[in-house]
Amino acid sequence: MNRRALVVLAWLWVGLPLAYGLVELIRKVTALFTG
Amino acid sequence: MGFLDRSRTIAPPDWNRWLVPPAALSVHLAIGQAYAWSVFKPPLEDALGLTGTQSALPFQLGIVMLGLSAAFGGTLVERNGPRWAMFVSATCFSSGFLISALGAWTQQYWLVVLGYGFVGGIGLGIGYISPVSTLIKWFPDRPGMATGIAIMGFGGGALIASPWSAQMLESFGRDSGGIARTFLVHGVVYAVFMSVGVLLVRVPATVAEKAVARSAVNVSARNALRTPQFWCLWVVLCFNVTAGIGILEKASPMIRDFFEGTPVPVAAGAAAGFVALLSLANMVGRIAWSSTSDLVGRKNVYRLYLGVGALTYLVLALAGNASKPLFVVCAMLILSFYGGGFATVPAYLKDLFGTYQVGAIHGRLLTAWSLAGVLGPLIVNAIADGQLAAGRSGPDLYTTSLFIMMGLLVVGFVANELVRPVDAKYHEPVGEVVR
Repeated sequence: MNRRALVVLAWLWVGLPLAYGLVELIRKVTALFTG
Repeated sequence: MGFLDRSRTIAPPDWNRWLVPPAALSVHLAIGQAYAWSVFKPPLEDALGLTGTQSALPFQLGIVMLGLSAAFGGTLVERNGPRWAMFVSATCFSSGFLISALGAWTQQYWLVVLGYGFVGGIGLGIGYISPVSTLIKWFPDRPGMATGIAIMGFGGGALIASPWSAQMLESFGRDSGGIARTFLVHGVVYAVFMSVGVLLVRVPATVAEKAVARSAVNVSARNALRTPQFWCLWVVLCFNVTAGIGILEKASPMIRDFFEGTPVPVAAGAAAGFVALLSLANMVGRIAWSSTSDLVGRKNVYRLYLGVGALTYLVLALAGNASKPLFVVCAMLILSFYGGGFATVPAYLKDLFGTYQVGAIHGRLLTAWSLAGVLGPLIVNAIADGQLAAGRSGPDLYTTSLFIMMGLLVVGFVANELVRPVDAKYHEPVGEVVR
């Protein structure tokens, strides 16, 4: 496989779960200032 | 060992070094789940009739095993290479969940403690140190940033696991069968997720490795323990972690106690938001401050963590409940220094002891974390309980703890000032270093 494509895939593999975690975190954080 | 052998992981000439950080992250994002163990506590207590102390056992044993396996397994990790270490980590961590699933299914809690705590804990320790020396060798120009990315993953793992585990418990149910199914899915998913790291990780080509080895100071793990520099850094890490973990562990009740009876009280949901903000500061601090250390130097960045950290504790103690935004900003700053301290220490070790056995030295240094994990919560909880019994409330519950944390950071600051380059008598001869 092309090395550049492999780099993109590898970063997506770890980046997507992390993005999910960050979105969930932002939802909680908003409660600090609104709740 | 075939596929897992170090010789099978030597990178081809066209290998891209930016494939190594995601390999490291796939391990650290998984094992960082440990910080989200609290999600399982209430369902386990209800389903198996446990007390809060009992339900904390798997996590506590896991952290103890993390320290022990990092300290005693470090030399093996250096000898056998990162792929072997990541494989062992993935196997232990996933098996831990599978054994726990059996324990929950059969309602045998000791199996959960054995699985998650003992077997999974070995996976935590070996996994935590597995990519460190490899990353430093791939990024000799930016070791702080490289190890910061990986160790940031350990902070980020809980951000993923916490909502994911909670949603799974909602779907499968919070009885013993539901918990067992949740553990089972965790074991399988983490095995697949971590296996990508096992497949991707590569060590730099031997020629480059030898060149690095010849040009640098190199101290063995055994000799490192004989140097004052190791023990100064041990004190620095221990007290920096103690100061951060004291707040982290008590964050939710602390902010509620601080602002109780003021015009701006903090509700339970808002306190959860505060905990989430601290997690974010912890994670961002790991990559931001350790990358900064590549520019300003390791000693200077620890002066910031310890010196500004001590001043921030002073501000918290003196300001009390005068301002909620000030309280939140100070706590976030302290937690960013806490994360930064973890993430910068491998590069500090590399500066002092070279790359020869930096992973093993890092593993031995993590025993400071084990002590801090007990010390920080002990100080904050014991003092808060004592003040409560004496009829005090609000910020008074924590003022003494804040001053103690400040004192610990000052001691850490002095220890950092005492760090000097390692005496040449501890260096390895070049022939010993180049394998």
